[in-house]
Amino acid sequence: MKSAILQTATRYLLPILLLFSFFLLLRGHYYPGGGFVGGLVASIAFVLHSFANGTENTMKILRYKPLSLIPIGLATSAVSVTFPLLFGLPPMTGLWFEEPIPVIGMIGSALFFDIGVYLVVIGVVLTILFTIALND
Amino acid sequence: MELLLVLILGLLYAAGVYLILRRSMVKLLLGIMLLGNGANILIFVLGKITKGSPPVIDGAYKVFQDIYADPIPQALILTAIVISFGLTSFAIVLLKRVYALVDSDDLDDLNTPEEEDI
Amino acid sequence: MIDNHILAPIFVQLFTAIIQLMCWRKTLTQRYLSVGGSLIGLMVAFRLFNRVYEGGILTLNAANWDAPFGIVFVADLLSVTLVLLTSIACFAVSIFSSVGLSRQRMLYGYFPIFHFLIMGLHGAFLTGDIFNLYVYFEVIIISSFVLMTLGGRKAQLEGAVKYMAMNILASMFFLTGIGILYGITGSLNMADLSIRIQEVQNKALIGITSCFFIIGFGIKSAVFPLYYWLPSSYHTPPSAVAATFGGLLTKVGIYAMLRVFSLIFIPDDFTRILLMVIAVLTILTGAFGALIKTNIRRLFSYLIVCHIGFMIGGIAMFSKVALMGAVFYLIHDIMVKTNMFLIAGLIRQLRGTMDMNKLGGLYSEYPKISLIVAIVLFSLVGIPPLSGFWPKVFLFQEAFSQHQYFYIAALIIGSFVTLYVIAKMWSEVFWKNPPASEGMENLFAPMPPYKKILMVLPIGLMALATLYIGLNAEAIVKVTDIISTQLMDPSAYIDAVLGNKTD
Repeated sequence: MKSAILQTATRYLLPILLLFSFFLLLRGHYYPGGGFVGGLVASIAFVLHSFANGTENTMKILRYKPLSLIPIGLATSAVSVTFPLLFGLPPMTGLWFEEPIPVIGMIGSALFFDIGVYLVVIGVVLTILFTIALND
Repeated sequence: MELLLVLILGLLYAAGVYLILRRSMVKLLLGIMLLGNGANILIFVLGKITKGSPPVIDGAYKVFQDIYADPIPQALILTAIVISFGLTSFAIVLLKRVYALVDSDDLDDLNTPEEEDI
Repeated sequence: MIDNHILAPIFVQLFTAIIQLMCWRKTLTQRYLSVGGSLIGLMVAFRLFNRVYEGGILTLNAANWDAPFGIVFVADLLSVTLVLLTSIACFAVSIFSSVGLSRQRMLYGYFPIFHFLIMGLHGAFLTGDIFNLYVYFEVIIISSFVLMTLGGRKAQLEGAVKYMAMNILASMFFLTGIGILYGITGSLNMADLSIRIQEVQNKALIGITSCFFIIGFGIKSAVFPLYYWLPSSYHTPPSAVAATFGGLLTKVGIYAMLRVFSLIFIPDDFTRILLMVIAVLTILTGAFGALIKTNIRRLFSYLIVCHIGFMIGGIAMFSKVALMGAVFYLIHDIMVKTNMFLIAGLIRQLRGTMDMNKLGGLYSEYPKISLIVAIVLFSLVGIPPLSGFWPKVFLFQEAFSQHQYFYIAALIIGSFVTLYVIAKMWSEVFWKNPPASEGMENLFAPMPPYKKILMVLPIGLMALATLYIGLNAEAIVKVTDIISTQLMDPSAYIDAVLGNKTD
């Protein structure tokens, strides 16, 4: 399926969707959004790209295998979960910097957990979809 | 609103059970998905639906004064959705591979004879 | 007492799995990491067990949220005992699988998934929140799906479809039960639930909810009308995987039943009778199924079903002595069943088949290995000083005092069928002269010596643990005594979780 309209649209939609997914990721702690939704939006961006240009081309622009995102994301989440242990607090306790940072907002261990989830979701969804698509 | 949700969840459960009892693998998968959605709506309904009243406490009080939206069912449903997403995607991959091997959608064909045991 | 060490077993497995994921495709590194991680996990679990055994119940409020609101992790003696047993089994299986598994399967990520599975088991045993229990159940089943399909043989995939359908259905029942439970009580914390459920007026609704839990856990632990997925799927995956499944997965269902029925739904007459009927029929169907099977692993699968019935019967009688029997049997069963499937894997390596008709003469060729196997088999049957004997004493004693004669009959039949089946297997596999058929491939003889040792070592290790349970039964009885006291009177558990705020 080659459609000029879809291909052209995807060229602009891919960066916008990725930006939007990042926006969802960052606002996730206080508003609707978060790592899971952000990750899904980001992976949908790549899925759209693979619809328009074929799975091989999408894998080319990704360069790395999506599978390699899973351990990175898991490690980020796991470290942010265990980090409060160093301060004698129970795992998963939210630790926050005092001052908000412009654009990003408050930074704390919950944000790193969300980033980890974001990466894992992208990795898992793309791995599954590429597996299904390439088996044909 | 509640009545509508109750009817929908009854319908989802009924349809899910009906589809699971079929012999086709695809219908089995669809039935599992419908059951999962039914369970999610069940949790949502049982968490007492309220409109436009977030669980935020006025600074002057220590406990809730009036009715509020319970955030826990939403957290539960979100978790359940994530889990059923993972399960469903695995199930799709599995059923696809089984279909490629067995070349049949019928669950009754899934009986490789015992001689093939190792 | 609040303690951060509770989560240590979970984190050890989690980090082992993550590091292994980073070493994707480096199977040798993964093997070392797996054995090392399991060893650390075993030591951590042993330490946790000691602390709880000496210091009482430990709790941990995740994310520092107070008890009924946040997720709480509770380490009472039942939990830590099971965590310890799981760690021992995990250690043995990880040694066994480092030599007994084809490299092809390791390349598809056997080891990380295996450690995720163990992490899920630890989490399920340690959590004190019923929804968190559901989440860990899902972690377990997703990992077990992947383990079951690794390799992708036709029989394996067919077994996996049945396994997947039934287990997802079980989760749905469990989730529905949780939803209703939350609706009528407004809490998810198991200690909090056990207080609040007594205030609910609508007893019929509670009864229906408990049925959802019985069905959900029943499918997972393979009880009578719901067990068909087990014998049709457990003989398909590689032996190391089957050992984990057979030894541990069905026992999680039993653990969840013990937990839920001791804390939340205190069994009334209806539940007791229901569970007792289920138990008797489970024992009988499992036993009769085992009689006719000639494939070793299919036979073991039916024995799992049969022995699950013993434990369900213990829960059904729900008294201190009965629970002691059930918990002791649980301890014994985890050790022995894991080992049985490892032995099946070893036999497959020795002879290239698991069909009893094609096997024979193992005793004359490998007398030492056969002796280790004999210890395990005798333990399973329950020859007096060995581990299978002691829990049955408690079960018989309580069944007589409660006049449960059907259960006694089922226990006797189940035990004798086990004896008969194991004796048949012993004579067919070890004593009979090998049939003069060609095509016997011995994969064991050409292996280098260190691999041979690594293959027999976990079986010997587990056999030693079984011997310890049997010969040092006094210590185990002491532990089960404390566990069943805690189960019968959950006030210590509730106090530990809610911190005496209950008034």
